[in-house]
Order: sequence, then C-alpha cells, then structure tokens
Amino acid sequence: MLEVRFHGRGGQGAVTASKMLALASFLSGEYVISFPFFGTERRGAPVTAFTRIDTTPILLKTQVYNPDVVVVLDSKVMETVDVTAGMKPGSSLILNSPEAPEDLGLPYHVATVDATRIATDLGLGNRTNPIINTAMLGAFSKSTGLVDMTQIREAISEMSPSKADVNVSAAEKAYSSVRMGW
Amino acid sequence: MREIGSKTSIMTGNEAVAEGVRLSKVGFISAYPITPQTTIVEKLAEMVANREISARYVEVESEHSAMAAVFASEIAGVRSYTATSSQGLLYMHEMLHWVAGQRLPIVMSVVNRAIGPPWNIWSDQSDSMNQKDTGWIQVYSESNQEAMDTLIMGYRIAEDSGVMLPFMSMEDAFILSHTSEQVAIPDQELVDEFLPEFRLGFKVDSDRPMGYGSYSTPDGPFMELKKDMMESMWKSANVIKKVTREFSEILGRDYGGLIEEYMTEGAEYILIASGTVASTAKYVAGKLRADGRKVGIIRIRYFRPFPAEDIVRATKDAAHIGVIDRSVSFGSGGTVFNEIRAALYGRSDIPVTGFVAGIGGRDVREEDIEEMINLMAAGKEGTVFINTRGDQ
Repeated sequence: MLEVRFHGRGGQGAVTASKMLALASFLSGEYVISFPFFGTERRGAPVTAFTRIDTTPILLKTQVYNPDVVVVLDSKVMETVDVTAGMKPGSSLILNSPEAPEDLGLPYHVATVDATRIATDLGLGNRTNPIINTAMLGAFSKSTGLVDMTQIREAISEMSPSKADVNVSAAEKAYSSVRMGW
Repeated sequence: MREIGSKTSIMTGNEAVAEGVRLSKVGFISAYPITPQTTIVEKLAEMVANREISARYVEVESEHSAMAAVFASEIAGVRSYTATSSQGLLYMHEMLHWVAGQRLPIVMSVVNRAIGPPWNIWSDQSDSMNQKDTGWIQVYSESNQEAMDTLIMGYRIAEDSGVMLPFMSMEDAFILSHTSEQVAIPDQELVDEFLPEFRLGFKVDSDRPMGYGSYSTPDGPFMELKKDMMESMWKSANVIKKVTREFSEILGRDYGGLIEEYMTEGAEYILIASGTVASTAKYVAGKLRADGRKVGIIRIRYFRPFPAEDIVRATKDAAHIGVIDRSVSFGSGGTVFNEIRAALYGRSDIPVTGFVAGIGGRDVREEDIEEMINLMAAGKEGTVFINTRGDQ
C-alpha cells in the first residue's frame, strides 16, 4: 500500500490534488481512498490531504502517519508545519520550489519543481493565488513513476472545473522540468 | 455470479448515498439545510433541480419538521427520505417515535457526529446510539459502497409487510461522508428488479376515511401495539438476511447478514466493532494474524434488531471478547458493550472488556487496536478509555 500526504494552504487545491491522484490511480486499475484532514477549512490556513493506493481494497481508515510520499504545494507552509513528520528513510518529498533539491539539505529523496512559475506563465489562477495543484501531479508522476501521465491527464480533464487543457499543460511542463535529487 | 451492469467511479460517501436515494426512486425528500446537515441533501437538491430524480423536495425550518414532513408524505403512500446528523438527529427524537409507532417505513441517513458541548463536528456514534430505543432499524456501514447499497436494501427491508418499521442508515462523518473511494453505481433496471414500487396498505385516502394516531387508554390496544413493534423488530432479522441474499443475487455484492465475521475462525481474541473502526480493526487483525496472533473481528452491521444470536454463536470458542464503542452511557458503560454482555448472559463465561475509543473524532489508530488486543491478552476487564491524554 502506498500512502501520500499533501500539504498546502486553503484555496491552493491540495484536497483536489489528492482526489485527482486517487482518480488517476483508479483509472490505472488500483484501489484508492482520498480524504482531507478533517478540520475547519479557511482560505490561507494550512491544509493537509491524504491518498492511499493499493492493489486490493483498502481497509485502513485512519489518517496517514507514515507517508511514502509527501507533496508540498507551498514551501512557506514548512515554516509552521512539520511536513516531514512520520516520513521514513526511503520516503520522497516533492516540493514546489525554484531551488535545486540538493540545496535544501533534507535527509529524504527530494524533488523540486517551480510549480508557481509554471502556473503563473500559463495564467492559472492569479499572481497572488496561482493554481499549482495540477503541476504538482505532473511532478509526482515523473519523480515517483507510480502513476502514468496518461491517467494523470485523464483525471485532470475529468475533474478540472475550468481550463482543463491548460491544467494538463501545467502537469506536462512540471513532468518535464521536475528536478530529482536522487 | 451474473454479469453486473454498473458504472464505477470515485465519490464521497455522501455522494454515494445520494445515488442510492436516486436509484430507490424516492418520491419525497424533506430536509433542514443548516448545520449539522450533510452534503447528501445538497446533492439531492441538485438532482431534483436537474430532473435526474422525480421527487418533491421540501425545505423546512427544523429537523423536527423535516421528520414531520416525511411522516406526512409517507402516510400518503409516497416513498420518502431525509438525512441529518448530530444535534439535528437529537432534535428529531420525538418524531422518530411517532414515525416508528405509526409503522411508516421511512429511510433516513445519519452521518455520525459527536454531541456537544463542547461543539465538535467530528465522528462518533453518540447521536444514533441515543436513538436505539425509538423503534427504528439501525445499521452501520464501513465503506461508501456499503452505505449506498444499504440504503437501497433499507427500503426493501422497511417496506416488507412483516416489518413495516423505519430504517436508519449510518455513515461515519468525514471518514466516509467526505472520503472518496470507488463506488459501483448499478444500472436502474437492476435496482428496479430488486426494489418494487412502494404500496402502503393503510395510506391516507379521502375515498376511504380512516383514523390515525388516535387515543388509547391502558385498556386499549396501546400495549399490544408496542408488543407488535417488538415482534416485528425480531422478525426483521430474517427479512434482513433474506433481502441481503437477494441483493447479492441481483446486484452481486454480498454483505452476509446482521454481522460480518472476519478471521474469527480459531480466534482467541475477538474484537467487536461497527462502522469504519471495524474496517481498521480488520486491517490490524490481518497483520496480527500474519505474526501468528489469533485475532478475529466481528463487525456489527445491524445494531437494531440486535444480533444477539449471531454474536453468541460467533464468539463461542473465543478466550476473550473486546467491544469497541464510539459512544458511552455515562455511569454505565459503552452502549454496544452493555448489549453484548446482556446477549452473552447465562450463555457464555468468556470475559468481555469494553473499550471506549474515537470519541469526538479522535482517530482510532492501528496502535490503539493493538493496545486493545494486548489488554485483552493481559486479562483486563471492565471499561477502558483508549488513547486519552494523560494531562486532560
């Protein structure tokens, strides 16, 4: 079973990203479960969402405590939230950051992608609140190899409330520009 | 098994339940739309507006009125539905008795949430356990698929001429209601084959005037009517088993009966739970079994009628029984724990431990289930609160 945790801020689409990843994995023939951290959601406040993926039906209904992959949509969240909590030595951390993975000095498999820039260049959202969740899914596909871009494209097309094609482009750009520090 | 016509997609528990209501061809829906309402009725309002379901949808000013509205529509012979949660369910309490006493087979979804104070929107079973004596059939699901399927089965069971009792179908807040997973939506023709049109023998008809809910003295039929409710509730156990079997024949998913037994064969330690906690307990039991520990799980699906016979049979070879409760009767014990002990009285000497866990939405983790098993192995008895903070 693969456990993924998403960190972002209210309004950035972390919960939708978790659901899109679940849909993409489901379209690849896996069993999935996707859920937000159950709190009181406010725009701008830190948000956590989870996805579990397995080849058999998923019985475990708890929160995710030891994620295999952590996706951070907003690296500023790391100032107030310990995004590495419960990560295992082999776990991966995918960050929205313009920096190179090796410059971050984190003891995990780190990948970085400048999702904010990709979204801004494509006109997704606006400069103060760019929509970066779909770019992060492209980076997830390339860096983990756990879900194919064909299904990522399909999931984004099905779930984007608007500009599905632009969101797919964002994922593709992130797929080709993500930097892996391993 | 026959080829099943269905379409599978990813959806939340609340969306799945709304699909179940649509497939059951409900004709009347009433709800109070303010917190603690659920997104089930939001989705249904959308379906009504888009004419995906030909039901009348009536918004009212309180949960008490919502139940009064479905009482009226049901007694006029229209298949009816409502949903609520938490304090909203408590506000319905009086009307729950009226609906059951009038023998109206209404189906209602309850998203299980804590009861304040303090305010808390998270999952536990205090709301529905507080309604156990109202004469409603009560059932708990562990997955979104089961929540949808149970709703469809609910109308068949409630409307059975030997039952004629209302049906309350529970889903854990957030853990099912707001969690997305795959759900197979069956084709309408298959559901139609399983669930016939609703016909109420005693419906209000101006050409055939009758009296309803009239006065009854101690010498009147009052006591006999209550006895008849008790007997119908006991009879419903066999109807539930029959309907569940027919559902599996037509729609392909088999939920067994009133309980689900998981790895209970040869189990030394049996944990009894309901809802999503039972699902997590099954996961942990699988891991412990792989380590050679003889652990089994009984998942209570139906709490009313209480599956006493099934539980006595399924636990007879265990060394120790544990019961997980997400609600507590203050000064007594966990609600399910008390019923299990009553069921076993005089028929079993197996020690039983009550575990109160997951109150107010506290996560029931893998290590919490393991701790329960360890406490049972150590011979701990009585009622134990699990994963409370030492300093609070």
